[in-house]
Amino acid sequence: MFKCYDSPMSQHHVVARFEIAYRACLDDDGKPIGALPEFVEDGELLRRMYRMMVRARAFDAKAVNLQRTGKLGTYPSCLGHEAAHVGVGAAMRPEDVLFTVYREIGTKFWRGVGLLDILLYWGGDERGTLYERTPQDFPFCVPIGSQMAHAAGAALAMQIRGEPRCALAFIGDGGTSQGAFYEAINLAGVKALPLVCVIVNNRWAISVPVTAQSAAQTLAQKAVAAGIPALQVDGNDVLVVYEAVAEALARARSGGGPTVIEALTYRLSDHTTSDDATRYRSAQEVEAARRVEPIARMRNFLSARGLWDGAAEEALRRECSDEIETAVQQYLSTPKQSTDAMFDYLYAQLPPTLRAQREEARRYAAPGH
Amino acid sequence: MAKMTMVEAINMAHAWEMARDPSVVVLGEDVGINGGVFRATVGLQQRFGKQRVQDTPLAEGLIAGTAVGLAAQGLRPVAEIQFMGFIYPALDQIASHMARLRNRTRGRLTCPLVMRMPHGGGIHAPEHHSESLEALLCHHPGLQVVCPSSPARAYGLLLAAIRSPDPVLFLEPVRLYRFARQEVADDGQALPLGRCFVLREGSDLTLVTWGAMTVDSLKAAEQLAAEGVSCEVLDVGTLSPIDFDAILDSVVKTGRLVVVHEAARNCGVGAEIAATVAEHALYDLLAPIRRVTGYDTIMPLYRLEHDYIPGVARIVDAVRAAMAE
Ligand SMILES: Cc1ncc(C[n+]2csc(CCOP(=O)(O)OP(=O)(O)O)c2C)c(N)n1
Ligand SMILES: [Mg+2]
Repeated sequence: MFKCYDSPMSQHHVVARFEIAYRACLDDDGKPIGALPEFVEDGELLRRMYRMMVRARAFDAKAVNLQRTGKLGTYPSCLGHEAAHVGVGAAMRPEDVLFTVYREIGTKFWRGVGLLDILLYWGGDERGTLYERTPQDFPFCVPIGSQMAHAAGAALAMQIRGEPRCALAFIGDGGTSQGAFYEAINLAGVKALPLVCVIVNNRWAISVPVTAQSAAQTLAQKAVAAGIPALQVDGNDVLVVYEAVAEALARARSGGGPTVIEALTYRLSDHTTSDDATRYRSAQEVEAARRVEPIARMRNFLSARGLWDGAAEEALRRECSDEIETAVQQYLSTPKQSTDAMFDYLYAQLPPTLRAQREEARRYAAPGH
Repeated sequence: MAKMTMVEAINMAHAWEMARDPSVVVLGEDVGINGGVFRATVGLQQRFGKQRVQDTPLAEGLIAGTAVGLAAQGLRPVAEIQFMGFIYPALDQIASHMARLRNRTRGRLTCPLVMRMPHGGGIHAPEHHSESLEALLCHHPGLQVVCPSSPARAYGLLLAAIRSPDPVLFLEPVRLYRFARQEVADDGQALPLGRCFVLREGSDLTLVTWGAMTVDSLKAAEQLAAEGVSCEVLDVGTLSPIDFDAILDSVVKTGRLVVVHEAARNCGVGAEIAATVAEHALYDLLAPIRRVTGYDTIMPLYRLEHDYIPGVARIVDAVRAAMAE
């Protein structure tokens, strides 16, 4: 609570208060905590979410492996974030627009981005941003925080045109320290924009723990200052992520304005393949987090409801590994772009002064690989 | 004397100056227990404590702006920006305050600080991690922009930068961080800011370059020597304010100039060098000035990065063309 001067002259009364609700559907073992939301009657939806989480994790493991063997560049693993990512994807509509950071392959896959796209991007090839099936979504956003303003702009466009669509922006716990985060949610609040922001609080920004990032009790409450409703959810519980995001999107779609949702999860991997997290965090901490990871929990839940069994698991694993193998083969056999590609997308038309440089680049092109 | 990499020499310079001058403080993202993503600050927090080596929240504008406040209070901040591509949020503070605090207060408040950052590409890094943006900084009067090209020069120039009474943007070529080991004396001796370094003497043509491109330029000079062409290779060292005297002296001697840089050509530092040489030594030139630079394109993702970064072949051809005039 705030301390006021103990002056006999001063009078004070509280002019604002806030609360941040925390929501979860499942406990650490996948048992329902209370009454479940209605959508759980849709067994196919639940299975699809589970399958996508498994698919994201299987792909992720392969990508890390490709990097380790020199076949992929630096790669940021999504291990442990699958529920937060897939829950968001499942709650969005195709016509909504997605703004991610760099880890959210579960969301991208749900929206139809291909495994090959992701491999190409982290393999140093811009064609990995083509996203044929989700043409309005933005590519990964490496400069932390900057995607927030794009999402606000997209939401403003939807509002100006009166379209029942939403922008959804991810940001990390570290990202919420950037000015762009505050600027964007501020605008969203002022204009009641159809924007949903999901803060993926995985407790770490490379080596910096969230406690060194902010003294606030929750990151969700940063939204309070922007006049935006906010809540915290168990980010390892795909049901509650789906529920909270779907609710927020429905409200935004019908003119009810923005929401900030803080999803609590944990980065079980190194920050990227270039990082060594043992330098700055304890094995015990990681182990404790691993025990509450999202996939086993959802599998328990599905099994208990008779929606999943060993045979289904077996089939899914095989399907994933076949699909991943195919994508990896495609990736490895994709020839690199010609040097013209550096020039051809700079402007709608290549300025005449750049023609000589394009020629020069052709002459000195390094051998393909 | 110990043999070490450039990143180790940078670390050693920090340690020397922090031990010598209690007002030196280090700040940035992941500079504490992690020692920076390239390990330039490794061990400093353990040795000098959490007050003097601080991880900041993730905000480059904050890092640059707090460095200004720290410096104006008499501390000597050495701030790390994790990659040069992330300097943009800091530019407001750098341009609007850091560069001009001395001037706008007529010397009452000053900014003796260093902002270090990895510079350039060539290490298969992700998007935005391979940028060469020195021209962006050099355009701002009031800043000093330094780019070392060897472990020993990194050590000596970083010491000079920390001791400088004015802000220094210190660009560390990522390709050179662990490229070669060199003997570096840990003697606290600074090298001069604002001076070029002659890396190779020659009589036919002057190659002016900096950072990682010094390696390719020296290789080109070696190759050209076999063809009977004698190149002088200058490492500019301090890109702003630049040591034009040394460049002019060399060009007057050789009569030919090729400028080599990794950054894009348009409005690059090479243009400033070429223009100044044209202004002051046009009649000493035996051939038009040539530039070998990155193309005026976005720095591509890594599969094309070696098509973007000028290599030895482009330098050699530019020199041959100048010699043929
Ligand atoms: C503007 C900017 N500064 C620094 C970096 C380097 N960097 C990449 S990821 C990262 C930490 C991000 O942490 P968080 O926002 O919590 O996301 P997480 O990686 O945990 O998903 C940093 C500092 C960057 N990409 N962009
Ligand atoms: Mg994080």
